[in-house]
Amino acid sequence: MESVILQIAARHMRPLLVILSLVVLYRGHNEPGGGFIGGLMLGAAYILFAMGFGVQKTQKSIPVSPVILTGIGLLLALASGLIAVLMGHVFMTGEWTTLFSGTSFELKLGTPLLFDLGVYFTVAGMLMLVMFSIMEE
Amino acid sequence: MLVLPILLPLFFMVVLIFTRRWLAFQQIFSLLATVILTFFSAMLLIDVQQNGIATMQVGSWIAPYGITLVADLLSAIMLVTVAFIGVVIMIYSPGFIDKGRQSAGYYPLAFGLLMGVNGAFITGDIFNLYVWYEVMLTSSFVLIALGGSAEQLRGSIKYVTINFVASIFFVAAIGILYGLTGTLNMADLAYKLRTIDHIPYINSALMLFFIAFSIKSALFPFFFWLPASYHTPPIPITALFAGTLTKVGIYTMFRFYSLFIVENLVFWKTFIIVIAGLTMTIGVLMAASQYDIRKILSFHIISQVGYMVMGLGIFTVGGIAGAIYFTIHNMLSKTNTFLAGGLVYQRSGSYDLKHLGGLYKASPLLALLFFIPAMSLAGIPPLPGFFGKFFLIKGGFEAGDYVITGVAILVGLFTLFSMVKIWNEAYWKKEPENIKHGRVSRRAIAATSLLALAVILLGLFAGPVSQITLEAANQVVFPEMYINAVLGR
Repeated sequence: MESVILQIAARHMRPLLVILSLVVLYRGHNEPGGGFIGGLMLGAAYILFAMGFGVQKTQKSIPVSPVILTGIGLLLALASGLIAVLMGHVFMTGEWTTLFSGTSFELKLGTPLLFDLGVYFTVAGMLMLVMFSIMEE
Repeated sequence: MLVLPILLPLFFMVVLIFTRRWLAFQQIFSLLATVILTFFSAMLLIDVQQNGIATMQVGSWIAPYGITLVADLLSAIMLVTVAFIGVVIMIYSPGFIDKGRQSAGYYPLAFGLLMGVNGAFITGDIFNLYVWYEVMLTSSFVLIALGGSAEQLRGSIKYVTINFVASIFFVAAIGILYGLTGTLNMADLAYKLRTIDHIPYINSALMLFFIAFSIKSALFPFFFWLPASYHTPPIPITALFAGTLTKVGIYTMFRFYSLFIVENLVFWKTFIIVIAGLTMTIGVLMAASQYDIRKILSFHIISQVGYMVMGLGIFTVGGIAGAIYFTIHNMLSKTNTFLAGGLVYQRSGSYDLKHLGGLYKASPLLALLFFIPAMSLAGIPPLPGFFGKFFLIKGGFEAGDYVITGVAILVGLFTLFSMVKIWNEAYWKKEPENIKHGRVSRRAIAATSLLALAVILLGLFAGPVSQITLEAANQVVFPEMYINAVLGR
């Protein structure tokens, strides 16, 4: 079943949802949000696209397959914990660094964000993996 | 060091996800990975035995605020046993599971399962425990449905639904507990329960936990999902589930009972012993009426979980030590009988006892490989099943729980009956006409032999092993060591 309305909506909603998911991911450490909810939104963006255009076309439009995306996510989560070990601290200890300090673009980055990014990819990958295989049936 | 039982499977899983197109690599790598995991788990066991309970505050957040990882002897023993079962399954799988399922993500999922199981064994935080349960269950959901045959999907729907119900109970109990006490760190909670005079509604929360874990470990009256789903996936997956999943539920019950049951002791003891008796009796009786090898063995899982819970109900050092020894024996022997059942299937193309026969004459090796774990389960000396039951029954008599001990002895006889039934039908009776003569995979035979050897060794070295289980039981019965190790007092 092809619906023009759904297709147009999906095409325009997808980039917006992806950006929104990134915003939710970034604000997660101190405010409501985070990798899990952001990942769900990222997954939802592509599922909406798949509802409009079919699974095959959607999968072609994603640079990596959902399985690989999950793998990347797990790898990032693993790395975020190991960075602390390399710095001589206990596994998963938060390590922080400040970029552009002193300027108005001051940016505090740390391993919790990296971990959240891992969760973000893992959740999105798993969600797409499950939904795509159900939708293909 | 302590985080390795979780980190290693995660790392292996990531590698396997990226290399999922190269099946030959996956097979070798998985085997190597489980060997490495077993090695580090064994190192941990030695470390814990020599230096006492190991703890680690993840992310440098001090207990009770952060997540603590704790390994006492019980955890370490379980870790080693599970990792060893992993090795056996990884030798067996390439010889049994079809290529389609293998390359559909069997190997990464198996490590996901191991990660969840290991995490549940070493976490010291109740919410974190819930997360590991979910990791384990998510992997098992996919594993049980992997390949998607109609029978598997029927089984997996039951499996998934009942496990979600259990998870709801679990989370509800966590919420109530947190509301009541303001902490979810197990040691901190145990300390509070021992110092604060009386916390209202604490028994409601504990009962919800008990329901959740009794669903997951298939206790009476929540066992029905297990025989309805376990026989559907290929046998290595069933064997992996049988050796690990229900035992995580049992482990958690041990941990919770030891740490959190400080009030209404008489009620809990009676309650758990009654449940144990009913579980073992009903499991064994229902097994007697089955004709599918996998179903008979599935019902026996239930019956034998009853023995472990019986040890918990007795709750003396002797009873708990017996239960721990019995759990190790059961994880090995049960997995072994399932794998031997798989060999029968490869040889004759069926699990149905009515369509089997003559295997003893046709292949004495196959018969021997079933005979060892089956007699072990039935409790024939010098196999470990005998010692497991012996320790439990001795513990029961010493504690004065005569009724449950009597039931346990009687159930042992019925177990022997079921094992003899499989033996008579599949191996002893005359070979039926038009039976299939399939090839049995060498890898599968090697894996089953390795596990059978481990079963025999566990029986022969019952003395030294029971020394370790006694020490482990000591830590369970007197949780002060655990509490002090975590809270650093």
